[in-house]
Parts: sequence; C-alpha cells; structure tokens
Amino acid sequence: MALVLDAVRRGARDLAWFWRGVLGGDAYDKYRAHVEAQRAAGDPGHELMTEREFWRDRTDRQDANPQGRCC
Amino acid sequence: MDAEVLDADHRRWTPARIAAWAAVALLGGIAWVILAVVRGETVNAIWFVFAAVCTYLIAYRFYSQYIERHLLGPDDRRATPAEYKADGKDYVATDRRVLYGHHFAAIAGAGPLVGPVLAAQMGYLPGTIWIIVGVVLAGAVQDYMVMFFSMRRGGRSLGQMARDELGVVGGTAALVATLVIMVIIVAILALVVVNALAESPWGVFSVSMTIPIALFMGCYLRFWRPGKVSEVSVIGFVLLLAAIIGGGAIADTSWGIELFTLDKVTIAWAIVVYGFIAAILPVWLLLAPRDYLSTFMKIGTIVMLAIAIVLVRPVIEVPAFSEFASSNTGPVVAGPLFPFLFVTIACGALSGFHALISSGTTPKLIEKERQTRFIGYGGMLMESFVAIMALVAALSIDRGIYFAMNSSAAATGGTIEGAAAFVNGLGLTGVDVTPEVLAQTASDVGEESIVSRTGGAPTLSVGLANIMAQLVGGRGLMAFWYHFAIMFEALFILTAVDAGTRVARFMLQDSLGNVIPRFRDTSWRTGAWITTAIMVAAWGAVLLMGVTDPLGGINTLFPLFGIANQLLAAIALAVCLAIVAKRGLFRYIWVVALPLGFASVVTITASFHKIFSGVPAIGYFAQNSAFREARAAGETSFGTAATPEAIDAVIRNTMIQGVLSVVFVTLSIIVIATAIWATWRSYRSGGSATSEDDAVPSRLYAPAGLISTPAEKSLEAQWAALPAGRAPSRTGH
Repeated sequence: MALVLDAVRRGARDLAWFWRGVLGGDAYDKYRAHVEAQRAAGDPGHELMTEREFWRDRTDRQDANPQGRCC
Repeated sequence: MDAEVLDADHRRWTPARIAAWAAVALLGGIAWVILAVVRGETVNAIWFVFAAVCTYLIAYRFYSQYIERHLLGPDDRRATPAEYKADGKDYVATDRRVLYGHHFAAIAGAGPLVGPVLAAQMGYLPGTIWIIVGVVLAGAVQDYMVMFFSMRRGGRSLGQMARDELGVVGGTAALVATLVIMVIIVAILALVVVNALAESPWGVFSVSMTIPIALFMGCYLRFWRPGKVSEVSVIGFVLLLAAIIGGGAIADTSWGIELFTLDKVTIAWAIVVYGFIAAILPVWLLLAPRDYLSTFMKIGTIVMLAIAIVLVRPVIEVPAFSEFASSNTGPVVAGPLFPFLFVTIACGALSGFHALISSGTTPKLIEKERQTRFIGYGGMLMESFVAIMALVAALSIDRGIYFAMNSSAAATGGTIEGAAAFVNGLGLTGVDVTPEVLAQTASDVGEESIVSRTGGAPTLSVGLANIMAQLVGGRGLMAFWYHFAIMFEALFILTAVDAGTRVARFMLQDSLGNVIPRFRDTSWRTGAWITTAIMVAAWGAVLLMGVTDPLGGINTLFPLFGIANQLLAAIALAVCLAIVAKRGLFRYIWVVALPLGFASVVTITASFHKIFSGVPAIGYFAQNSAFREARAAGETSFGTAATPEAIDAVIRNTMIQGVLSVVFVTLSIIVIATAIWATWRSYRSGGSATSEDDAVPSRLYAPAGLISTPAEKSLEAQWAALPAGRAPSRTGH
C-alpha cells in the first residue's frame, strides 16, 4: 500500500513538474540557477533580477521579439 | 566513449526487441489491411489509431534514425546554442520531455483539426493515407531537418537561412512569400472562427469572455503573483469552464439572444478590430496569458480526446472512397483528389508554417543535438495523430449531417428543408437525412441551426461532442461538449491571429527599414501602429472577402490556405536541399528531394488548376469571366449570386484570389529554382563551405529519446559523478 501511494505521489510530482515546465513556470528558477552558476564560476558580471523584475523583463522582451504560433 | 557505446547498444538486436518490433509491424499491418482492403459496411475507429501509431513507431525507429545517421549526424560532444550561448533567458537548456510538450504546443493549432474534417468528403481512406504517409516522409522530415540546421546555426530563422543558402534573389523571394502566406493563413483561420460563431449567441458569449479572463490573468501575473504560471492557468481554466456553462444559460434568455446573436460580417469586423488592438497591446496583458490558457487547453483536450476515442471506439459508416473522391464536384471543397486532397490537409501531414517555429524558438532551448530527432520528428508525429483524431471525429458523424453542415449556404439555402433536399439530391448511397434530424442535432448541441456551418470547426465539435457524450454525460452534456470544442478551437485561432499579426508586423518593419530606416526601430510607436494597421488591413480584407463571398467562402478560400502552407513547406525543404548539397551528401539527398518534389508538384498543380482551370467552380479566372459575361449580358442574378452587387463581389473576389495564386506560385518557383541552382553548384564542386557555427565542445550530457536506455543511464551516472567544476549542473528535474 505504502509502495502504491509512493508511486502515485511520485507520478503526480512528475506530472506537476512536466506541466510547469511546458507552461514555462520554471523560467525564473532556471534563470537564477544560471546566474548563480556564473557567479560561482567567478563571473560576477550579471545582476540577479528579482522574480518580479524577471517576469516583467521576460514579457517586455517578447514585445520586441514576437514568437509565431502555428495554425 | 559515448557515441560509439550508444550506437553499438542501439544496433544490437536482442530477441525481445525483434519480437516487440514484429508485433508492432503485425498490428500495424492488420490495421492497414482492415482500413484499406476489407470492405465491410462499417469500420471501427480503433483501427485508425492502430494504423497510425504503429506506422509512427516504425517510422520513428527506422526512418528518422536513417536520416539521423546519414544526413544530419548529431554529435553529443558538440554544445548546442542553449549551452554555449546560455543566458538564462532565451537560450536555456530544457529537459527534452518538457521541450517536446513545449514544441508541440507551439506547432499544433486549429490547422490539423480543420483540414481533415473538410477532406472527409472524399471518404476516409485518402485522408488517412495522406496524413500518415505524408507525415512520415514529408512533414516530420521537414520539421526535423529545419530544427537541426537552425540549431547548428545558433537558432537562425528560416528567412536568414534562406538568404545564406539561396542568395539575395532566393532569400528575398522567400521572405516576401512568407509574409504573403502569413496574411492568407491568418485570414483563413479567422474565417473559420467567424463561421463557427455566426448566429451562435452561446459561442459568441463564451469566446468573447476569453478576453476579460486573459486580461485578468495578465494583471494577476504582472502585479499580484508574478511567475505563478501553473496557478493562474488553473484559475483561467476554471473561469473558462464557467464562461462555457454561463454561455448556455445566457443563450436561453431573450436579452442574451438579442445581444450575442451576431451575423458573419459583424463578427469579422470585431475580429479585425480585436486583431489590431491585441497586436499593439503589451504582450503581458493579453497575448502571454492567453497563450498559457491555450497551451493548457490544447494538451488537456487532445489527451482527453485520445482517451475518449480509445474507450468509445466509434463505428464509422463513411465509405473508404466516397463519390467525391473521383469527381470534381464535392460540395465541401471543389476539385479533383489530386492535388486538392493534399492541399486541403496541410497541417497534420506537411505544414510549412512549422518551419518558422522549428527555426528560431525551439533550437535555442535544445539541450543535446541528438534530441532533435525526438523533438522535431517526434513532435510532428504527434501533430499528425491529432489530425487522425480530428478525422475520426468528423467521420463518426452521420454523413447526411456532415454534408448539411459543410455545404455552403448558397447550396442549402440555410434552411433545414433546403439542406435535406440538397444533401439527399447529391445521390450518395446510404444517405437519407430529414429536416427533423437536422433540427434535433442542432437542439442537442444548443444551437439554433447547424445547416451550412462551414469551416470544419463546428463539424469537429459535433463529432467531439458525440464521442465525449458517450463517455461522460450522455446527450444532456452534448451542448456543453460542443461549445467546449468551439472554445478550444477559437482560443488557438485567436492566439495564432494576434501572434501572426505581430510576427508579420516585425517582418514588414524589417523590410520597410531597407527603404525608410526609421521603421527598423521596433520601439517607434507610430511605425509599429502603421505596420500593424497594414498587416491587419491585409488579412482583414481577405477575411471580409471570404465572409461576404456569395460562393460560400470556405470552399473557395480553403484551398488557398493549404497551397500557401505547402508552398512555405516547399521553401523550407528547398533550403534544406541546398544545405544537404553543401554538405556533399548526394547519395542521401532523395530524403529531401522526395518531399520537396511532391510538395512542389502538388502546390504548383493546384495553383495552375486555380489559375487556368476552365471549370468555374475550380478556376478563379474562369469563375471571374463567367460572372463578367453575366454582368455584361445585363443579368441581375447569376449562379449563387442573387443580386447585381453579389455578381460584382464575385468578380472582385475571384480576381483577388486569382492574383494571389499567381503571386504565390511565382515566388515559390523562384525559391525552388534558386535552391536547385545552389544544389547544382554544390554538386559540381562536390560540396562547399558550411554556414554552420563553429563547434564548441559540450560539457553536459542528457539522453536523446523519451525513455533513456541503459547505456544512456550509465553515461548519465558517469557525468553526474564528475566534480562540480567540470560538469555544469543541469537545472530542472
């Protein structure tokens, strides 16, 4: 029983992870990981944006670089 | 160590593998025999699923690997743009499974849902064969190759690659063709929405509610909870369901009917105004949130429909080849099977538009080169499966109802009696539809009428409602499912309309910038407004022309959509041909030459039919001169045009459509000719310098396909064991 529950929980977590990734909800986590990795590698050139700043910047950049959607 | 290990592992044929592939081949073979050879009264829909899935598996395993090995040669030791240009924003290495979902959501839209529905008039077999064989040999090949070549070039767009490979003339022709094609595609998608919403208060209400819902979601993400994308999508989805249910209640009230019953012309103007405003509003307010909603609905509904078809297994009574497979006179789309089947179903089998997505966005997110096969080729197989499901849904409807819904109002008179008389008069075996059946179906789906609801979307919605209602809710929920499906299609199309307008506006600004440099500055407000207005006017004019067309709109314009889309495919494949030739791979060049040749023959033949055919129902200019003569003879009504104004409208419309066909075909012939010339030059010199970016050694590893093999797992473990400084950590799962 515990095994089944565990498998269900893992399945649900994987699905949530997949869904979040497809919608792009993990974009800030990735960005932060990228900047932190660069800093760890001794490249302090990047200011880390806050979450709010990041999402504003993201949609504002989409204004200038539109992406097509297919038919 | 890696590539050789993997390759050896992949090539080893264990008995279990042989048995599994033999089983897949056998099941697929049986399914094809049942569909194509056995001629029973009916056929079960499950055989479509088996035939499709088994063929996809075999094509993916063998043909796409053949392409990988001989034509592309991905190298896991080479870093992708997402690694060597990583910026945490545009260039981000993304897990292959997530990127697959992402890419699929970007390529799949209303196209694969609409085309197969219209092609169902020829019977089930022509459409099924073309969707499955077409995707394996053409559509998926194009998507895969364009994605790979773009990835090797830092994520360059198709237009840039065309300029690099084909020179100034070919590149410019490709750019102009892309712009014109985009206008046509946006216009015809919008026409599908107009036809689905006209005279439908329920549909108009629920679809227009998506605008306030999206605005709310945009503000939520901007001001209250930035980045909570999954959360806001769930909220949006619940609001959407509320809008659909609420629409049913409102369509029952007299004020609701009065307020939301709109005719086609009004809705067309509303979409034109909407398109302009949506394209100049900031992305965060409308486009981005609606994109989340659309992705959410798209993947959710498609998975739901697949499960429903497998569980319900509808029985299909449509013959393999209908009476219209061998005649020119189909009421849904006119023209002979060759070439018109192949332009009616574009998306799902071969869609040139995908080349714009496969170059640009997706290549910047790919983690490893070998993953392009799964994402590019595999992603397109999934879209093809969507097309098969749409075909099954359309086929599951009674044929009488199908033709009553898809014949133009000019033929049916728009009444149930007229529709029944027209459909029964078509002389189709086994078709006997009564006005009562049509009235009953309309009331089941909560509409005033279903007669002459052309465009494919309403038919698909009736099919989907039929199938879903058998699974959940029975007849009582049919109206809900119908409007759910209408909403689902309208959502994609509206997203495609404003995204398309934006992309087209930037392309126009870029081109105008060559003459008036100020237009290059995309933050210049006035310039943005002018170019947006030009693009909206262009597709709006085509849309209004389709809406007011006395000949019926969809049946004259839809072929133009397919021709446009496949000409774009021909352009993309021409670029691939030139690149393969540059690499000197002439032994394997047939892999590209085959779909390119087919797409060119189909589209050029179809264009020539449209331009030169003497049959008025097919040739634009033949229609034009027939109506011109009628006007000269002083007639006040001719054919389906009842007034002198309608005669003038036909003369104008057919002239515009004819000129557009000429423009398309000329541009594509230029592009294809320059590609052949570039190929010939490469052949003479035995290949030439590559336009790829320089190779950068990779410092990360990830498996290639959906499921990692044992060899890949052991490699992954070895990479994970490396000291942190040597192997950059992967983000994500």
